[in-house]
Amino acid sequence: MQTVQHRARADGVETHAGANIDEIMQKVAEHKGCGTSGGAGKASCGSGAGENDLPPEIWEKVKNHPCYSEEAHHHYARMHVAVAPACNIQCNYCNRKYDCANESRPGVVSEKLTPEQAAKKVLAVASAIPQMTVLGIAGPGDPLANPEKTFKTFELVAKHAPDIKLCVSTNGLALPDYVDRLAQYNIDHVTITINMIDPEVGAKIYPWIYYKKKRYHGVEAAKILSERQLQGLEMLTERGILSKINSVMIPGINDEHLVEVNKAVKSRGAFLHNIMPLISAPEHGTYFGLNGQRGPTAQELKALQDKCEGEMNMMRHCRQCRADAVGLLGEDRSAEFTTDKIMEMEVNYDLETRKAYQAAVEKERQAVVEAKKSELDGLAGEHSDIKMLVAVATKGGGKINEHFGHAKEFQVYELSTAGTKFVGHRRVDLYCQGGYGEEDSLATIIRAINDCHAVFVAKIGGCPKNDLKAAGIDPVDRYAGQFIEQSAIAYFKDYLEKVKSGEIRHVERGDAHIRQGALTAAEAA
Amino acid sequence: MAYKIVKDNCTGCSACEPECPNQAISETKDGLFVIDPAKCTECIGFYDEPQCVAVCPIDDTCIIDENYPRYQAA
Ligand code: SF4
Ligand code: SF4
Ligand code: SF4
Repeated sequence: MQTVQHRARADGVETHAGANIDEIMQKVAEHKGCGTSGGAGKASCGSGAGENDLPPEIWEKVKNHPCYSEEAHHHYARMHVAVAPACNIQCNYCNRKYDCANESRPGVVSEKLTPEQAAKKVLAVASAIPQMTVLGIAGPGDPLANPEKTFKTFELVAKHAPDIKLCVSTNGLALPDYVDRLAQYNIDHVTITINMIDPEVGAKIYPWIYYKKKRYHGVEAAKILSERQLQGLEMLTERGILSKINSVMIPGINDEHLVEVNKAVKSRGAFLHNIMPLISAPEHGTYFGLNGQRGPTAQELKALQDKCEGEMNMMRHCRQCRADAVGLLGEDRSAEFTTDKIMEMEVNYDLETRKAYQAAVEKERQAVVEAKKSELDGLAGEHSDIKMLVAVATKGGGKINEHFGHAKEFQVYELSTAGTKFVGHRRVDLYCQGGYGEEDSLATIIRAINDCHAVFVAKIGGCPKNDLKAAGIDPVDRYAGQFIEQSAIAYFKDYLEKVKSGEIRHVERGDAHIRQGALTAAEAA
Repeated sequence: MAYKIVKDNCTGCSACEPECPNQAISETKDGLFVIDPAKCTECIGFYDEPQCVAVCPIDDTCIIDENYPRYQAA
């Protein structure tokens, strides 16, 4: 990473994609807290801190990648296909026997696809959704424990849809054996789930692994796994393949330890670190779920992410998506693309149409960036210690364009005089209540965004409005249809004025709950 | 004796299939997996532990089939 960062500074990023690239880079760097941390004394964009910058060749790879950048997720979509059901380790947060017990939507039970079916599905989805730019092979199972199926799928997709980026998520055990093969297939990036570098910690997370024709248990198993993960990461870095690290935060087991993990993966060249909350409830049937292991609260998660932020790029928008989800942001159109439907579809993959569509999307993104910048200028010169979180209901496009009652998730931004920073999202969809079945949905939503001062929506009914107010959350619909960050900055300015004039008093909010949705084998592989 | 797969436990994850040194494991029409007792050698002569047992994510799924006599290495 070192050399790469220096180069980014030196050769000036403007050359590649025109004058605006600088601003877009600032957007991507926001996951690292760029432009928001002036007060805390941390590096901020424009101050010459090289680690916030990306070299153009990496930028080219990640700018339209919804898994790397929340901003990109507003405009581009990814999809996963489940072709690789086998796994070579066991994680205590994974139940390989069942899908989520709460998952009751018809037609979305995790399907097993052959590589041929998977490739057809990819073409069908990409034709219907031109924003679909990334194909991942993720769980259930480990793609590299099913190398033939995984590589066959990539081969077929690369042949018919060369513009689609490919990625794999792996537990890393088999990674060193396949790095060279991955390099051949022109893989865009690899995600490794690394939850520990200390085998003693690992023994509490992984009961066993299957390696070289033998089952290993406990510390011995964790030691092998850790060595293989780090070796795989080093090999990727040597070959110039981007790597992202996922870590599952398990309170009392690896929460403190993840700071060490962060350093270890950074020093080996990982590009991005994504710390995700453990999702754990008894009805998921996982070891952790059945043994009462809790997941972190929103505040605990944010504190750990902030702690690691000085070290490297942190990712805060991972949705731990279901492996078979299709669409933009919280959207899921998978019901349109079931195996039966796909096999009957006539797919006409048109590269030119996709390109034209994506060009239009780029224009829209520019507009979002411009709008934010102009509003941010008005904030220059303001100084205040006040920091607050706001929740936003959006369908994508960088706008406040979702009704309160329709939102399946809220995006959370931190506001300060340094600007806006995306800090995460809170799922509130009702498909998988994970423990709150009896509670009414409004209470669930309030719990999920309880740490926010305001919620921005396109529209909201009178009843929820009053309930939100009673809970101390300001329901804001006056920015309907407008750009999120521009509106948030405007709101914040307004708020500061009111505090100054004594019209309102600033009070800190409490913690919020991370909804315990489905995390079955579908994630974390 | 040979190993067998307990149908009610099998998830159809396919992990066992490629690990068997005797190609004794195959997929059924319903997406689950079965062991051909005529081909299974309990991995004797190949590995220290039966591979299907070692890789299967579900406990007590690949088990000894009492209907067959113990496998005799040639
Ligand atoms: S989470 Fe992934 S790596 Fe872990 S046991 Fe489940 S499928 Fe395997
Ligand atoms: S015990 Fe060995 S030989 Fe028999 S089915 Fe299992 S893997 Fe194959
Ligand atoms: S490894 Fe176990 S669960 Fe998976 S297919 Fe084989 S017998 Fe079934």
